[in-house]
Amino acid sequence: MNITFYLAATIAVLATVMVITRANGVHALLYLVVSLLAIALVFYSLGAPFAAALEVIVYAGAIMVLFVFVVMMLNLGEIAAVREAQWMAPRIWIGPSILSLILTAQLAYMLVSNEIGNTGRAVVDARAVGLALYGPYLLCVELASMLLLAALVGAYRLAETGRSGVIKGGH
Amino acid sequence: MTTVPFGQLLILPVLLFALGVLGVLARRNLVFILMSIEIMLNAAGLVFIIAGARWGQADGQIMFLLVLTLAAAEVSIGLALIIRIRARLPSLDSDAANLLQG
Repeated sequence: MNITFYLAATIAVLATVMVITRANGVHALLYLVVSLLAIALVFYSLGAPFAAALEVIVYAGAIMVLFVFVVMMLNLGEIAAVREAQWMAPRIWIGPSILSLILTAQLAYMLVSNEIGNTGRAVVDARAVGLALYGPYLLCVELASMLLLAALVGAYRLAETGRSGVIKGGH
Repeated sequence: MTTVPFGQLLILPVLLFALGVLGVLARRNLVFILMSIEIMLNAAGLVFIIAGARWGQADGQIMFLLVLTLAAAEVSIGLALIIRIRARLPSLDSDAANLLQG
């Protein structure tokens, strides 16, 4: 049924609109995670299960955790506890929760009815991706590793602290 | 099972990319600007996946993998820069960052 694709796409757009209109960083991050999960479901319905898994693990998992860490770090202060209590108010998390529940129901439906790739396309599974990745695209893997190494060194240098624990002045 | 037309599939990444551009243009907080860049990168990856599904090839997913790597690297550097800016400036307003010197 194509309805799963259209529903997931609608949720992705709605959640993204909520991301760019929130005033609070944590509220925006909640909706951004929902948006990424919806896009992962779109990948799944397009017949790309490997990309869908990566979207959930890397984007919604790792990258969003980085964002949450930094936003929480920047908000540290005396009023942090009061603000944290405000974040727990039901009207904050009820929106992302409802959207996530719809996505979960869709995923369960697609798994039960075995409807992977239900937009009428052929399924390209992880095996095909792996064979192409370590065959003709081997140079791309090397380039990606160089890029990640550069990011690692750069982030380490930028966030380097002195002996006192404070972030050093720039050069 | 009917096939979703290729043109209809492409509407979603176009909308997401436009929302990302709107976020970059409308928001002045650096964290939100970084989030909007993520949205745009994600929309670009979605186009690769759609194209890969359209022709039934694995190449689209591999390009998405590269976009994912790029996004991870960009976020780590961007967030480190934000922490540095926060240590030197009172706010994360991107308009205030033009006061940086030396």
